[in-house]
Amino acid sequence: MDGSMHTVSAPARTKIRIAGAAKSYNGKVALDRVDLQLAENSFTCLLGPSGCGKSTLLNMIAGFVPPSTGQILIDAEAVAGASADRGVVFQEYALFPWRTALANVEFGPLMRRKPAAERRATAQHYLELVGLAGHAAKFPSELSGGMKQRVAIARALANNPSVLLMDEPFGALDAQTREVLQEELLRIWEQERKTVVFVTHSISEAIFLADRIVVMATQPGSIKDVIDVPLLHPRDRSGPDFVAMERRIKQLVREEVQKLGVM
Amino acid sequence: MTAITEQWAAGESAERVENREKRTALLLRAASLLLFFAIWYAVAILNAKVFKFFNPLLLPSPHTVLFAGIEMVRTGELQRDILASLSRVVQGFLLAALVGVAVGTAVGRSRRLEYLVEPTVELLRPIPPLAFLPMMVLWFGIGETSKVAFIAYAAFFPIFTTTVEGIKYVDPVLIRAAASLGASERDIFRYVVLPAALPNIITGLRIGFGLSFFVIVAAEFIAADSGLGFLINDARTFFLVANMLLGAAVIGAIGFIFNTLLRRLEARLLRWRKDARG
Repeated sequence: MDGSMHTVSAPARTKIRIAGAAKSYNGKVALDRVDLQLAENSFTCLLGPSGCGKSTLLNMIAGFVPPSTGQILIDAEAVAGASADRGVVFQEYALFPWRTALANVEFGPLMRRKPAAERRATAQHYLELVGLAGHAAKFPSELSGGMKQRVAIARALANNPSVLLMDEPFGALDAQTREVLQEELLRIWEQERKTVVFVTHSISEAIFLADRIVVMATQPGSIKDVIDVPLLHPRDRSGPDFVAMERRIKQLVREEVQKLGVM
Repeated sequence: MTAITEQWAAGESAERVENREKRTALLLRAASLLLFFAIWYAVAILNAKVFKFFNPLLLPSPHTVLFAGIEMVRTGELQRDILASLSRVVQGFLLAALVGVAVGTAVGRSRRLEYLVEPTVELLRPIPPLAFLPMMVLWFGIGETSKVAFIAYAAFFPIFTTTVEGIKYVDPVLIRAAASLGASERDIFRYVVLPAALPNIITGLRIGFGLSFFVIVAAEFIAADSGLGFLINDARTFFLVANMLLGAAVIGAIGFIFNTLLRRLEARLLRWRKDARG
């Protein structure tokens, strides 16, 4: 549908460079040296079973945990702590329960001390973008899981970050809601170009969304393989290319799961 | 529950079932109070007129207590005593709230301060505050200061403990979310930690207020010339049992009113919580 990614001839600029970043806790290696470059406005999925260090890697990019060795560079600048330029969407939604949907989305602009009217307008715009214009006054406790995650996405986008980090954002949702939100996420990504890093353990989710899939290995966590997804959007989950790719990656992931022993 | 599902099966709308449940609940609550007074009446009257088990002076009937109350309002005694007790409670409670929330917040935020403060608090906390009352009277005299200090001391502990818990156990993912949205340390405290700890703090304040009332009466038994505790103790000296019961009833009524008001306030402040909507 959108061929722009493929018609641009100039090579994309590197947005995120992971330079030998590793993490160990109490001498135990959670993530072995990772070297990886992510192009600007690309959509990368970190895929692997639990214990592969994919969330650790995401948390390091977010600036929540510092790497034990190596570093992470965004626009050639080393990450030192969280920043408003890197929006994060969490599996647990992490909405502020005492703030309405609108007030949650206003949080980023509020931190940047924008005037109230501008905050409101920005928040309303992004709530609309995620299809929740009519739910602005509701508290998170009054929203379904899918709606909560829409608010969380709007909240992250309202800061207009150049990087969007998503930690298994649809992991807690039912299969139908999940597919709808995947499609919406792609629609939003077409509109608001960001460099997206998306953690998941679902192979089909990764193939449906990503330009590139980073398959992670376990014990210790590390990169096993990097696979480009050449399929055009919108991707057909039951198309032959999709299914073939799914089969291939399933094999890779299974090897890693087996390393963990009992399932 | 099973009754409700059966009624559903019988084709009754859920709303109607719920409304009837509410009416029944209200009826039972009213019956509880009516029953209490009926038994009180029955025991008092039957004892006085028929059985003569004990001296009828020991248990006046509800209306005798009511008349005693009217009489005390007429002389102005009751208002004076209510005001005296309330003023002490409010002063002591406010002091405890201020110190409890401030120290609790500081301790909740600093591990080192927690190490420094927690053992002492845990040592003092299990001692019933009443054990310190005689000393408080020695230290602060028999005037207002000793009573206010005593209330503040008693109410401090629940307020302090719940505040520390509330501040300490803020969901870390909320803090991360705020940091990723550009919040500074100060912003995180103001916009995340404090609102997240608010339900805990409010619970502590409610318990602290209840405790303030609980201990003021005891303090006024020992050293006071006004207040509801004094009223009861003074009535005992003159064997005015109706007045003693009146004092207790007024304390009950005030406690009930304040608890209701605080619960309303809580429901308003915490309207984002599903369970607070009740």
